[in-house]
Amino acid sequence: MNYKAMTAIAAALTLPMAAFAEPDDDTLVVNDEIQMVTKTAAPAHLSDVMDEVMSGWHFRSDETQALQMDDFENPAMVFVDQAMEAWDTADGSEGKSCASCHEDVETSMKGVRAVYPKWNEQAGEVRTLAMQINDCRENQMGAKKWKYTGGDMAAMEALISVQSRGMPVNVAIDGPVQATWEKGKEMYYTRTGQLELSCANCHEDSYGMMIRADHLSQGQINGFPTYRLKNAKLNTVHARFKGCVRDTRAETYKPGSDDFIALELYVASRGNGLSVEGPSVRN
Amino acid sequence: MKRLSLTLAMCLAGTMSQAGEVAPKDVQYNEDGAVAASLTGVAGDAANGALIVGSKKKGNCVACHAVTALSDVPFHGEIGPMLDGAGDRWSEAELRGLVANAKMTFEGTMMPAFYKVDGFIRPGDAYTGKAGTEPLPPILTAQEIEDVVAFLATLKEE
Ligand code: HEC
Ligand code: HEC
Repeated sequence: MNYKAMTAIAAALTLPMAAFAEPDDDTLVVNDEIQMVTKTAAPAHLSDVMDEVMSGWHFRSDETQALQMDDFENPAMVFVDQAMEAWDTADGSEGKSCASCHEDVETSMKGVRAVYPKWNEQAGEVRTLAMQINDCRENQMGAKKWKYTGGDMAAMEALISVQSRGMPVNVAIDGPVQATWEKGKEMYYTRTGQLELSCANCHEDSYGMMIRADHLSQGQINGFPTYRLKNAKLNTVHARFKGCVRDTRAETYKPGSDDFIALELYVASRGNGLSVEGPSVRN
Repeated sequence: MKRLSLTLAMCLAGTMSQAGEVAPKDVQYNEDGAVAASLTGVAGDAANGALIVGSKKKGNCVACHAVTALSDVPFHGEIGPMLDGAGDRWSEAELRGLVANAKMTFEGTMMPAFYKVDGFIRPGDAYTGKAGTEPLPPILTAQEIEDVVAFLATLKEE
């Protein structure tokens, strides 16, 4: 942003701040075709703390919102194209590509993003999408794992997410995942770091308010991976969590750690009912 | 003249830090969270306090509070109450307690404690994301707290 725009916004902000602060009522339709549910009744497990869950899309400026409404404008789509190529490209000792097992991504990956993280019976663990991708790479393809928050991983997550756009997030929170979910919940409400702030302080108690120049959203992850104008790349869920924890002047958790897996499951479940939006555009 | 008195205050704060300064763990809060005694014995510098309140690297109080007196600083937040008139609503001792550790005044408040060095969960090394070792340096020094208090005391409703 140039200096002039910044001062203009600053001037607008210092006067009627409240006007800026409410999440808006715009409607998100992507490519004039995919109707997104961006506000809906909170899932039952949140009913004692909030009535409505909202996509982070509502908290962004009209210009940023517009970028997500048309795939030709959405800067994340070049990464989806890259991942499409990776999908068809053999890698590793087995000479296989994703397509060797899963064939057409549009059919085989439809609905997948919406239910992750989820329980993997065979492995006896809660799996994030990134873990599943790396499991395929290592154990099916004989290829090297991708970096958990790296560009290849983010792009593949975006490609997989696109196949579920518009479908409701629907992660399970009971049965074998319940203990992990409880742990994630505990983390969400724990006030960390020298600033002693929890996720809930900012994203449950204060969403809709300005914190310095940032308009606080509910911190939902239905739009991940997210293209951020700020760093001009796709951002993974764990990288975003890490940034938010760091901002409490705390020691962060590691991307891919059991801690962040639990937190991801819990945060994903707070968005149950919202549409899968990824890859979204944020600032 | 102003410049001179500022440097003088800074020199004084430097020499005082051993002798007269109240360490974070020794601050005496009364039952309402107020702190009667100056943390340094050196009068706060309101002009410097204004800089600290507005600066992202220091207090960054405007992240959460709007302050009309600092309207030249871009982007004020709205998490906490507007600070206009804080000097009427609160005594100097109350303001000192609020800045040093607001949790002594408002139980469970979102406002961070600026003169607290341990008892944190996952304490970090400032904003690096790396682990920090307690006691951490307080976010503001004793004299910076006094300066902020002096600034807040000037915020009067006309
Ligand atoms: C000090 C305030 C603060 C705390 C504490 C905080 N966040 Fe954030 N978070 C922000 C801000 C500011 C943004 C950017 C604006 C927005 O989307 O809310 C953000 C954005 C996010 C986003 C991106 C939302 C989107 O639509 O793309 C997610 C996800 C998120 N936070 C999750 C978390 C989680 C999980 C925690 C706790 C581990 C946490 N945050 C703690 C301030 C905070
Ligand atoms: C992360 C948010 C946050 C930050 C940063 C913050 N505050 Fe606060 N502050 C609050 C909240 C919230 C309250 C309201 C207390 C409550 O009810 O919890 C408050 C209350 C106050 C009050 C009393 C309110 C009144 O005017 O009646 C003062 C004075 C104050 N803050 C000063 C400061 C100063 C000075 C700084 C920086 C050195 C600062 N605050 C930083 C959130 C914050």
